[in-house]
Amino acid sequence: MNELAAASPTVTAALGLVLAWLLVGGLGLVRPNKTGWIAHVLFPLGAVIALGVAAIGTTTWLPAFVTQQMVLPLGLPDLPFHVRLDALSGFFLVLLGVAGTGISIFSAGYFRAGEGTAPGLLCLQYHVFLASMAMVTLADDAYLFMVAWETMALSSYFLVTTQHRLPEIRRAGFLYLLMAHVGALGILLCFGVLHGGSWSMTFDAMRAGTLTPFWMSMAFLLALFGFGAKAGLVPLHVWLPEAHPAAPSPVSAMMSGLMLKTAIYGLLRVGLDVLPIGPWWWGTLTLALGLGTALYGVVFAAVQTDMKRLLAYSSIENIGLIMAGIGLVLICRCFDMHVLAALALAAVLIHSFNHALFKSLLFLATGSVMHATGERSLGKLGGLIRRMPWVAAFALVGALAIAGLPPLNGFISEWLLLQAFLQTPHIPHAFLNMIVPLGAAVVSLAAALAGYVMVKFYGVIFLGQHRENTLVTAHDASGLERIGLAWLALVCILIGAFPQIALDAVGHVTQLLVGAAAQRGPSWWWITPVATHQVSYSGLWFWMGLLVVTGVTFIFVRRFYRGRVRRTAAWDCGYPWQTPRMQDSAEGFGQPIRHLFGPIFKIERELPRPSDAAPRYRIQIDDRVWLACYQPLGRVLQRVTENLAVLQGGRLAVYLLYSFLTLIVLLVCVL
Amino acid sequence: MPAPTFATQVLQTLAGALLLIAFAMLAERRSRRLVTLLIWQGAVLVTSTLLVAVTAHLSHLFFSAMLTLVLKVGVLPWILLRLMHRLGIERDNEPLVNVPTLMLVGLGAVIFAFGLAQPITALATTVIRQTLGIALAVILLALLMILARRKAFTQVIGFLALENGLFFAATTTTYGMPMVVELGIALDVLVGVFIFGVFFFHIREQFDSLDLHHLESLKED
Repeated sequence: MNELAAASPTVTAALGLVLAWLLVGGLGLVRPNKTGWIAHVLFPLGAVIALGVAAIGTTTWLPAFVTQQMVLPLGLPDLPFHVRLDALSGFFLVLLGVAGTGISIFSAGYFRAGEGTAPGLLCLQYHVFLASMAMVTLADDAYLFMVAWETMALSSYFLVTTQHRLPEIRRAGFLYLLMAHVGALGILLCFGVLHGGSWSMTFDAMRAGTLTPFWMSMAFLLALFGFGAKAGLVPLHVWLPEAHPAAPSPVSAMMSGLMLKTAIYGLLRVGLDVLPIGPWWWGTLTLALGLGTALYGVVFAAVQTDMKRLLAYSSIENIGLIMAGIGLVLICRCFDMHVLAALALAAVLIHSFNHALFKSLLFLATGSVMHATGERSLGKLGGLIRRMPWVAAFALVGALAIAGLPPLNGFISEWLLLQAFLQTPHIPHAFLNMIVPLGAAVVSLAAALAGYVMVKFYGVIFLGQHRENTLVTAHDASGLERIGLAWLALVCILIGAFPQIALDAVGHVTQLLVGAAAQRGPSWWWITPVATHQVSYSGLWFWMGLLVVTGVTFIFVRRFYRGRVRRTAAWDCGYPWQTPRMQDSAEGFGQPIRHLFGPIFKIERELPRPSDAAPRYRIQIDDRVWLACYQPLGRVLQRVTENLAVLQGGRLAVYLLYSFLTLIVLLVCVL
Repeated sequence: MPAPTFATQVLQTLAGALLLIAFAMLAERRSRRLVTLLIWQGAVLVTSTLLVAVTAHLSHLFFSAMLTLVLKVGVLPWILLRLMHRLGIERDNEPLVNVPTLMLVGLGAVIFAFGLAQPITALATTVIRQTLGIALAVILLALLMILARRKAFTQVIGFLALENGLFFAATTTTYGMPMVVELGIALDVLVGVFIFGVFFFHIREQFDSLDLHHLESLKED
């Protein structure tokens, strides 16, 4: 054991950091109600550890790095835990570390006593959650993977139900736990298929195993189901818009930014690393599901009136784009188009990273808004840019990034994904040649609608006038919260400015998984992912152009219009009585989408009559997937369990009789 | 088959006594006498274990016997008697099934146990292998006793009798379990009885009685 440990120092360090996280969590229990100790010592400590985890992840990008493996003296007898650090887990450790740092710093200023669970317990759950996500990426056998995976699900369940006194939050938590376990069952069965009768649970043994094509496809489908349930693939997404709004904002940020990415990690690990190259329909299925998810998520996001639900649906959309990318990778790998597969995979990885950053940023910003105003509904916010300038500025970065606008990071990954789609005419398969370009169209539609959603999100919360008088007292985020937000915004900007660095970083992963890397640009500030004579983009040039134009305009205006500033009321269109209620509302902004995509929703609407003295408008938009798939399933389950409940008669003697009879039957079987 | 030695004959007698005590427990209604029977059962168990230890020259069985003596003849009955005194239970009510029926079911269980032990007995190499059937019968009878009683207190006695049967089965077939396992089980039983004691007080506090049919109201509808 010792010589192995000595040979893999980086893994040991990573495990040490995971332990440190657990330790920090445990220290939270020492004085569970002392907010100062937890907020100003433990959470910042967790942030430092997260930075360390990111640093460990970056070592996998060093040229001298080789994959490290280790066997831990833990686990069951004859079934020890295996850990492994390679480029893929390294990349996800960086993701976890970088986004985790920002969220931890923000949490230091966010959590306070008196909101449900005691801060100390929250600190424990929080750090166990982080540690388990790190262990998921480090695990090298199915056993440790499942242990970490379930720890992740459980700790996040307790985090979601922080305010467990509210029945709707308990309900959301239960739905989440249920879906998490159904998904985990799928993953467990997938590993059960993968070991192929060898009963060896390490991923190495699974890689070496030979399965018949049928069982290979079975394993892939189970993995897609299991990881899809965690990631929020339609139709397994139903828990996501319930659980994310129920959780405290930093937890929503972690779940959306980080936990969904562990599902992506799992799918990449199983689909591209453990499983051999499969038939082309694997990729097509993933692609179709991903595109459907993306469109579904963004359309639902456009009609939401609760800011956290809106972001949750936007997460579904982004997961859909990532899944579509994975589908493309699988298709390209199947036809031996390694460079194209590498390009698509690079887009997938960078988009995962970006989404972790900007979605965390936006969820944290909603947390600040909720703390300042106590409101979650978009209809009661507005004009906060004047009261909360810092949060508004950081949220703007996040909103622009998620909308996929250059020069921020969201543009890079969506652009790479589109480039990958546009290269597919070379696929030697007529049917795929026809449908993949359609995919490109859906991706661009989803990206455009995402922009629409973000205009709504940002515009309704931060711009315009206050919709409620209470908003006047809103205060800006505290110092630590600002640092956390600034960190995430900064990384967003940096990736946007230096995309080549990101592309180089994921090159190691693509090299590992598909045996190629995306094309390097002619210089470090240009990226030309396909070929030099085709498209290229430079974030730095874009930034410089933007700054120069803005600067020149600014100087120009200052120089030539100095002294001619005129302050007067805005033109009121000839209607002098204007109240903040007359602004465009969230419902109003989403109305065109609601009409265009009407058949997707199930809408219940109450319109007031013109003669009403006290007019009321109410609209409820339901998910058809929930009504069509989950409700009938729930009813059937209810009926079956009611019939089974006869067994639970309540009499102790009868229960004992069950045990007695079972014993007798088993003994007879032995006979 | 060689003629049985004197020690083996004594052991078989003791085994018979165990079975008899198990039947007596099944029929007994008074709690105090049940505890007395439990002490007797423990004593028989100690004697038989000592005898096996002497005939098979196994020193670790001496420790087992001493442990049984202290725990099952001394400490546990003492705890039970104290509990009985403090809870003020002197007699158990009617069992759920009437005693003759219970006896008949018990007879069936004994026949089943002997039938079950037949093939295993052929494989065992220990001095007292024929007694495995009796050990199994004791276990099944104890289970029946737990099943047929209303009061939580008598069920705990049934649980302890079950443990005695298991111990006897272990000694007869394999000369006892490893010492670690045995110590673990002894500790478990002790802790178990403590926990049961706490539960008694809680159940009585809640329902003003130790009758378990009150627990039926706990079921969610």
